Amino acid sequence: MATWAGREDPSAPTELLRLTGVSKSFGPVSVLRGIDLTVHRGEVMVLLGENGAGKSTLIKLIAGIHRLDSGSIQFDGVPVQFHSVAQGEAAGIATIHQELNNVPQLSVAENILLGRLPSRAGFVTPGAIRRRARQALARVGLSDLDVDQPVGRLGVAHQQLIEIAHALDVEAKLLILDEPTAALTAEEISALFAIMVDLRSRGVGMIFISHHLDEVARVGDRVAVLRDGDLIDVVPADTDQARLVRMMVGRDIADQYPRHRQTDGESEVLLDVEHLCQGKRLLDICLRARAGEVVGLAGLVGAGRTELLRAIFGADHYDTGVVQVCGRRLASGRLRQGIREGLGLVPEDRKSQGLVAQASVRENIGYATLASTAHAGFVDRAGQAGRAEAVARRLRVRMRDVDQPVADLSGGNQQKVVFARWALAGSQVLLLDEPTRGVDVGARVEIYEFINDITAAGATVVMASSDLPEVLGMSDRIVVMNSGRIVGEIPADQATSDQVMALAVRDVESPEASGGANPPEVSGETDRAQAPNHGDPIKDGGNR
Amino acid sequence: MSLTDEMDTALPEVRSAKLGRYMLDSAQKNGILLAFVVVVIVFSILQPAFLSPSNLTNLVLQYAYVLILALGMLMVIVLAQIDLSVGSVIALTGAVAAVVCVRGGAPWWAGVLAALGVGLLVGLWQGFWVAVVGIPGFIVSLGGMLIFRGLAQLLLDYKSLSPFGGVYYDISNGFLNGLFGGDGFDVFTLVIFAIAVVGYAASQWKARLGQIKYRQTVAPWPAFLAKLVVVAVVALAFAWQISHNRGLPVILIILAVFIMVYGLLMGRTGFGRHIYAIGGNILAAQLSGVKVKWVTFWTFVNMGFLAAVAGIVYSARMNGAQPAAGNGFELDAIAACFIGGASTTGGIGRIGGAVIGGLIMAVISNGMQLMGVSQGVQPVVKGLILTIAVAFDLWNRRRSATVAG
Repeated sequence: MATWAGREDPSAPTELLRLTGVSKSFGPVSVLRGIDLTVHRGEVMVLLGENGAGKSTLIKLIAGIHRLDSGSIQFDGVPVQFHSVAQGEAAGIATIHQELNNVPQLSVAENILLGRLPSRAGFVTPGAIRRRARQALARVGLSDLDVDQPVGRLGVAHQQLIEIAHALDVEAKLLILDEPTAALTAEEISALFAIMVDLRSRGVGMIFISHHLDEVARVGDRVAVLRDGDLIDVVPADTDQARLVRMMVGRDIADQYPRHRQTDGESEVLLDVEHLCQGKRLLDICLRARAGEVVGLAGLVGAGRTELLRAIFGADHYDTGVVQVCGRRLASGRLRQGIREGLGLVPEDRKSQGLVAQASVRENIGYATLASTAHAGFVDRAGQAGRAEAVARRLRVRMRDVDQPVADLSGGNQQKVVFARWALAGSQVLLLDEPTRGVDVGARVEIYEFINDITAAGATVVMASSDLPEVLGMSDRIVVMNSGRIVGEIPADQATSDQVMALAVRDVESPEASGGANPPEVSGETDRAQAPNHGDPIKDGGNR
Repeated sequence: MSLTDEMDTALPEVRSAKLGRYMLDSAQKNGILLAFVVVVIVFSILQPAFLSPSNLTNLVLQYAYVLILALGMLMVIVLAQIDLSVGSVIALTGAVAAVVCVRGGAPWWAGVLAALGVGLLVGLWQGFWVAVVGIPGFIVSLGGMLIFRGLAQLLLDYKSLSPFGGVYYDISNGFLNGLFGGDGFDVFTLVIFAIAVVGYAASQWKARLGQIKYRQTVAPWPAFLAKLVVVAVVALAFAWQISHNRGLPVILIILAVFIMVYGLLMGRTGFGRHIYAIGGNILAAQLSGVKVKWVTFWTFVNMGFLAAVAGIVYSARMNGAQPAAGNGFELDAIAACFIGGASTTGGIGRIGGAVIGGLIMAVISNGMQLMGVSQGVQPVVKGLILTIAVAFDLWNRRRSATVAG
């Protein structure tokens, strides 16, 4: 990968953004201290750091959402101090936020031009809207998308690209991408990176935030590592991962995927799913998980992983099939029966499905056990508080005390609270849906260690994840889903990411693909060639 | 084998918050209580008769219904729902009681039971549509507001029906006094209040010990004692005043019992905590195994029940039933909850807050009436206070969110 200097016209000034001594505090809390950072035209600057390191604050300062306490920002050769996002955008700074920021009910075109709809005499001009939206979409490789359909009908990946198109419509010179890959599958991420490479060749500077170290070298030029509000160092993107992790967390993490495999395939079957069908979403699913085992569920967004976990858990009904937990058969859609028999679900989106944000850590940990530990309807407050505290400490949840609102915790610690709920309930079959999405390296390893602990104690884990290295690193067996079916199963110690991806993107409608558990040999080239056909527009779990 | 094994991890030492920091925090948390105190002081300066024994007694008798409604409304609002029908339910249940007792000549308890029964039926009806069918409470209760108002009018034949008299009348107008004698004041009233204050102090002390046992941050000693002393002084001063009037109002005892029962229900029972969970994040609650439909259903049934209680209390106070009774009362109850710090998006709100919110509404109405403020000005002032209270709450929360983020 070439460096930024090699691609630029040597006569043009390459410096785009310069931060000098930038500091920011919220009340008594100092969030950023004396940051000096330069971003050049046509450069991808990766911003790396644990949750709470100050990455989000830094990009909010640049974009004009927050104001500086001290220091200065120079953009395009001019000292600037933006007082609003609109001023930042006018100067050429666009931000793609971590959460999708679109209006699902409005059309694709209106979303792309939101805030600057072309109008004449106060009336919007539909023709101009469509034309400009198509121009912006062409730049993100979506030139044939119907610009009149509502954005809410599209999948997460397309929605993300539409946000990028929204940013490009303002002729951004600097594009800030805050964890754009968190909700995307490997294929979609590759497509996004291709667009970033294209933008880079046009001289757009980019600041890219990611928790995935393998993405750093793939798309980045340089890496700025933040820790607790200090800029630790700026290093080339090909710096080895162990060193980057050490810079981020300030200590060595020996193994990013510390899985202790211990199953011999003979232990008790705790979860037994037979011939499960649910409309066109789940087709004849058979799945077993044994005590002490981690089963990885791989597949593209829309392959049915979330639907399968929810159907097993009882959050949704299924049409036919049998689900047994610890030898007992569960009725379809009977969520509380499942919990009683030992099921637990860590849902894909902790904010919207996992946590009650304004409630305390103690309450959030206790929700699944509040009723079962109550005496004559009265909550066992003291007991629940003590147990919640113990479980939270075991999972190393970083908090002031258990009465702190869960909204105050970092993403990783919030996710640990969801895990703690099922730890307290004594769940024997844990269903995990994207268990480490948006979780930083340190907390991630602690979650993996918890998975090791409970499987060592005889529980079983079914883990759906779009993060391939995680599936490969933490599973004992990998089950690949594709279009609502299970299309293959591979022991993790023999699996490669190419194998898994080949199964995940294979066209299952064709006759020769209907049965086999053995993945065909597919080279990386074919893999990529198939990718555009599988930018699945069905949002994961969209029919709930 | 359980995942909860090995929980003997060391716990940190006891934390007692710094006094200054605590005062600031609690001023934020108890802003509504401070507002109440300010309102009381302002009115007692503007109109010295405000704190007189007869006016304090009157205040309790006149506004008890708002507090009873606010208890149920708070639960509905924490659930992220709303109930607009309670004013009409007051008219309907009052009408039923009047038809049974006044027109039918039945004893007072038959009227009470009939009214409560109708209230429960109303709750079952609305709970069914909201919890089982899934229609928003706003729509269901908007329909209910029309339906129950119409039924009340039909039942009363568009005329008022009075008088109840007797025991029914005493529910809202009777007094318990003279049991222990007293010279110009009622000793019984003072004894009851003294018991209540001691009980309050004991429960606070027990809660503090519990917090210390579980290593939670507790209020510093001086603040803890100061709070107890202030509460005791205010309560006993109130008791002293009303004991010089007609003694202990029956309705005050009913109110106290309801407030305690519902305080416990919301704070200490699984049912109550589940209401908070559902209002805070319905999906997370569902995926944690909370019986969302069941809890929603019974919250609405309970609202119907409490609206019936308020209907009985109001008709007893008026000594009759009118087709237009309770008009707009739902808005008083909703305002009380929001002034008391309930969140418009659900999940946040306390019984104590709703009670204080209701008291603020009551004190303002009563104070303005005493001062002879003209009819048009009163709703203007109430509306302004509601708007400002919610704006203050938002501002307060945004500020603390910025500090945390």
